[in-house]
Amino acid sequence: MKTVRRRYLALEIDCGGLLGSGEFLDAVWGAVLRLYGEYGASRVGLSLIDFDVEGRFAVVRVAHTGVGMVRTALASITRVGDKPVAVHVVRVSGTIKSLYKKVNK
Amino acid sequence: MKRIYADLHLCPNLRDFASVSEMVSKASRLGYSLIGIVFPSSSTEEEIGRLRGIGKEVGVDLVSRVDLKPRTPNELLYGLRRLRRRFELIGVVCGSKSVARQAAKDRRVDLLSFSSVDFRWRFFDRAEAELASGGLACFEVDVKPLLSLEGVVRVRFLSSLRREVAIAEEFGVPVVLSSGVSDGMLLRRPRELAAFASLFDLGEVSAMDAVSKNPVAIVRRNRDKLGSRFVAPGIRVVRRGKGC
Repeated sequence: MKTVRRRYLALEIDCGGLLGSGEFLDAVWGAVLRLYGEYGASRVGLSLIDFDVEGRFAVVRVAHTGVGMVRTALASITRVGDKPVAVHVVRVSGTIKSLYKKVNK
Repeated sequence: MKRIYADLHLCPNLRDFASVSEMVSKASRLGYSLIGIVFPSSSTEEEIGRLRGIGKEVGVDLVSRVDLKPRTPNELLYGLRRLRRRFELIGVVCGSKSVARQAAKDRRVDLLSFSSVDFRWRFFDRAEAELASGGLACFEVDVKPLLSLEGVVRVRFLSSLRREVAIAEEFGVPVVLSSGVSDGMLLRRPRELAAFASLFDLGEVSAMDAVSKNPVAIVRRNRDKLGSRFVAPGIRVVRRGKGC
């Protein structure tokens, strides 16, 4: 069986107020759908792994071929609801363990 | 070798010193080493120097830029004569075809900018690219409209950009990716800026060059020209004094 290669993205969420994980994930999916449509969105294999409301930090998992698409979609997010938001990719890694190691360095 | 990242088009409100300072430090935090701030043509050396000081504090090299919006080619020539030696970067916002043609062939112009998202008012075609390839001007793409537009307008804008970037690559005109934002929240990391280029089919390496190599080359060239040692292209003063 072909193994799916994945990448984990550590995200920094720059936001005026507090943002819920549901709101955040909806915004990410919305951005991916707007830019790449349903076909493109089906190829990125996006899922939320970790979300820290207070620390404004999140980790998402994507298919390794979808890193560029997700990076662009995340950069295109400017608002969530009525709050101005910017999402920055801090690190990309192949495993969660190495991602946290890199982020905490 | 580590890349130096540059964003040559930041438009903060210069009257609000705190917001300018915040924007400069945010740009530094996001990984930029070189930023261009648009100054009004009436700005003095003191005003520019004060902002340069802020940049130095946070480890960012600040470049003074002026954007010309001439209505006629003569107006453009007048502006270039007046401002070329006062600012490190000159961008021309091409509002008409005649201005775009004049800007493309003039070696004093650094950046060709087309602010309109309507394809009828964007004049970067093959003739323009051919003129630009003989001069020194780069084709500047601002990411701001991609952040603010939605739906069909963004689709049309992306389509225009795809065509223009392909022409620029065909004629060897360097592409420069800039943010063009006036709000710090709209600033993006260099890699994110480059990621937008995939939307208009600019390759990964070319996109990274568009946020690092190309803008840095313009600034280096212009600083060299504005320096006291410059005489003419290829001729520099090496030593002064009696021993020469």
